[in-house]
Amino acid sequence: MADIKKAPTSGKEPNPQERLDVPRANIGLEFVKKNTMLVALVAAMVLFQVLITINTGSGSFFSPANVTNLIAQNGYVVILASGMLLCILTGGNIDLSVGCGLAFIGAVAGELMVNRHMNIYLTIVICLLIGTALGAWQAFWIAYVRIPPFIVTLAGMLSFRGMAGILLGGLVISPFPQVYKRYFNSFLPGSATPADLLVPLTLVIGAIICAVFVIAQIYSRVSKIRKKYNVESPVVMIVRIVVICAVIMYVFWLFGHSKGMPVILITLAVVVAVYHYYTSKTVPGRHLYAMGGNEKAAIFSGIDTNKVLFFAYTNMGFLVAVASLVCVARFDSATPSAGNMYELDAIGACFIGGASAYGGVGTVSGAVIGAVFMGVLNNGMSILGVDANWQRTIKGFVLLAAVIMDVVSKKRRTVS
Amino acid sequence: MKDYLLKMQNITKLFSGVRALNNVSFDVEEGEIHAIVGENGAGKSTLMNILSGVYGYGSYEGNIIYGGEECRFGGIRDSEEKGIVIIHQELALVPHMSIAENMFLGNERGKQMNIDWGETYQKAEEHMGIVGLKESPRMLIKDISVGKQQLVEIAKALAKSVRLLILDEPTASLNEDDSQKLLALLLQFKNEGITSILISHKLSEVSQVADRITILRDGATIETLTKGTDDIGEGRIIKGMVGREIQDRFPKRESSIGDVSLEVKNWTVYHPLYERKVCDNISIKVHRGEVVGISGLMGAGRSELAMSVFGKIYGRGISGSVYLDGKEVKLNTVQDAINNKLAYVTEDRKTNGLILSNPIRVNVTLANLGRISNHGTIDSNKERADAEEYKDMLNVKCNSIEQLASSLSGGNQQKVLLSKWMYAQPEFLILDEPTRGIDVGAKYEIYTFINQLVAQNKSVLMISSEMPEILGMCDRIYVMNEGRIVAEYSRDEASQEKIMSSILSASAS
Repeated sequence: MADIKKAPTSGKEPNPQERLDVPRANIGLEFVKKNTMLVALVAAMVLFQVLITINTGSGSFFSPANVTNLIAQNGYVVILASGMLLCILTGGNIDLSVGCGLAFIGAVAGELMVNRHMNIYLTIVICLLIGTALGAWQAFWIAYVRIPPFIVTLAGMLSFRGMAGILLGGLVISPFPQVYKRYFNSFLPGSATPADLLVPLTLVIGAIICAVFVIAQIYSRVSKIRKKYNVESPVVMIVRIVVICAVIMYVFWLFGHSKGMPVILITLAVVVAVYHYYTSKTVPGRHLYAMGGNEKAAIFSGIDTNKVLFFAYTNMGFLVAVASLVCVARFDSATPSAGNMYELDAIGACFIGGASAYGGVGTVSGAVIGAVFMGVLNNGMSILGVDANWQRTIKGFVLLAAVIMDVVSKKRRTVS
Repeated sequence: MKDYLLKMQNITKLFSGVRALNNVSFDVEEGEIHAIVGENGAGKSTLMNILSGVYGYGSYEGNIIYGGEECRFGGIRDSEEKGIVIIHQELALVPHMSIAENMFLGNERGKQMNIDWGETYQKAEEHMGIVGLKESPRMLIKDISVGKQQLVEIAKALAKSVRLLILDEPTASLNEDDSQKLLALLLQFKNEGITSILISHKLSEVSQVADRITILRDGATIETLTKGTDDIGEGRIIKGMVGREIQDRFPKRESSIGDVSLEVKNWTVYHPLYERKVCDNISIKVHRGEVVGISGLMGAGRSELAMSVFGKIYGRGISGSVYLDGKEVKLNTVQDAINNKLAYVTEDRKTNGLILSNPIRVNVTLANLGRISNHGTIDSNKERADAEEYKDMLNVKCNSIEQLASSLSGGNQQKVLLSKWMYAQPEFLILDEPTRGIDVGAKYEIYTFINQLVAQNKSVLMISSEMPEILGMCDRIYVMNEGRIVAEYSRDEASQEKIMSSILSASAS
């Protein structure tokens, strides 16, 4: 600390040293301020738990089956939101073609895998390539010809839906091979596990994940200390590790009492980890934020913003393909109407998760929280038996409220 | 004895407990030009916002007596009704609307549901005539120069039958010529009985036109100087502003000039849209350890020259050659330029320079992410340590490097912008308006830093519209006009008059 901060500057500014020594209560308040949506998410979960207990008497939001369900139902939103976040970061740009692209790639997967009995791995690769190509097609017009993304993806929305209908001839392709579905719909440990070993084995998986997390935290701290960088107080670190491990173990305990850990969680974890890393720790990731924050400044700093934009939309196409593969496995069918309004789920998740509608601000973890938040709303209201039209109305208000909160809190910050 | 149009008495304003204004009093006589000066953060803008009703009655303590009666403005509309019009530093014009539409925006001619366009254009033309604008009132704002936009703002104020005109830094983005025109206009208004309050950092202009000068420092009135009775020279004003006499506004430097390091030869650039040469056969050179200035009017092509050299980000049909340390280089992208150790510190830190929504740390490292990354992965620990180091090096005043760039004052933003380019480890720097709109203290720090750069044998090319700065800082000065270099002076030869006359004679020919 002391060796980095050299000259004592003017007396007015608070010394960084003082900031680290703020009382505990302030750390708590700071945490709530920084993680408003996470707190809101937990509050919503607890609220649903209370409401469900009062209304039904027996049901529970935190029942093992429901938590498993929640993950299976919302996997695609997490995947799409990760991609959408990159587009939004480049300057509040959105991709409207996501749901329709998903239907088209689902149709391709059905045609190849079910109707033509193609090898499933080859099909997966082909689908990912087609998704990337569709993304690149739109990305080219957006990035290099600078057609507004809203228009390009609106056109994509129409034509991809149409292409899905043409390919399927208005029919539904079903069922998908069991081998294929195994990669998205099954549970770990496998179904062959004796019932009495299910809970312990699932907990072991959870414990392994906790161990990896703890080791990573300690490693990062040690390497920081070795290079003489600032480290947070050990209390904060231990509290965080304990809380996160406790949550992980609780969730895996719930899994154990259901069917085990859903394998889709692996796909989700990989997607989230990769994009979190990309946005927070890499140079091209930093370029996304720079472009969205101030494109001119980015250009003057030597950043090829066309390339940044091209990548964001091409990548979106790739993730649409991933989400599509997840969805056909989950619904066990490819239909012309698949993916209806999915783009709005993804966009909503990003904004609820704190992304700026002007670009340059937002995180993958925020988008994930946003996606889970929307999922919790859907799921909780369904259990309570809220009418579908009411559900939509409420979700609309929540989305608006999240953005209002973001904008208002920023305004207050600039005034003071 | 003259009548007082405005008296502000014992104004105190708190922002969440912090005293922005402390018992400020000043008065404005009918028909005078009253200047308010002070360093950034002295409270000038806050005071004017109270006067114009942006901070409504009740949010401050004290009295405003205007035209003989006490006023309690609840909003801008209330003060405008009384003929108080404020023109902010950042112009409030809609680029895609015509001059006339802008002029009567919020003050439309005709009826609420039936705008009288005939009257709108007729009246617009009349008011434009007064301020000396000869454009068609149907011209779009985006198609006229910044200087003319400023005149439109003033014409807009006239259209509201203004009695007290407040100008906040009206000449900050104007060149010398347009500034002079604007000041002449103020004097003309004075003859017509319009009272003005002028807020400006450009003290030469203040001493030129103001009848009285009120000096604010740290939220309090220090003194009011009257033309004729007090000394209102720049030195005297600065003394009041900073509370001490700055003997020399420009730090001394021992020049030790080396070999030619940056040379541009026969550089010609066409406008990106029109068939017009923006830079016409320009040849300039900068030596190691030398500060070279480019003086000229706004629109002379100075920034365009810099941008076209810096990776061809401006212009079309670029021809000519660039030599760095005697070797010809092809700089086709900004990345090429950065790799060749060239840095261009852009003018207008807000639109071209910084990412305001991001923290200081991100801004500092942006132009050289390679330095903190390995195979594209950023080492966030090293980034933090480096950002701290550069923040300290340029003495950026902030709570931490995680503070957003938008929350910093202009001077500190400029320092962050400089740190960003220093982080790219350049040998040749082009500084475009490096001290625009920042206070005297911060300016001095930046000048000192420039001296450190040349002491390290780097080369600095400085574009500036502020003549004293060019004269005070540069070893050699090029004068540019309408895309051509029209004169070159050494430090000893140069003077404000010489530079101005070479521009004017070049324009006339």
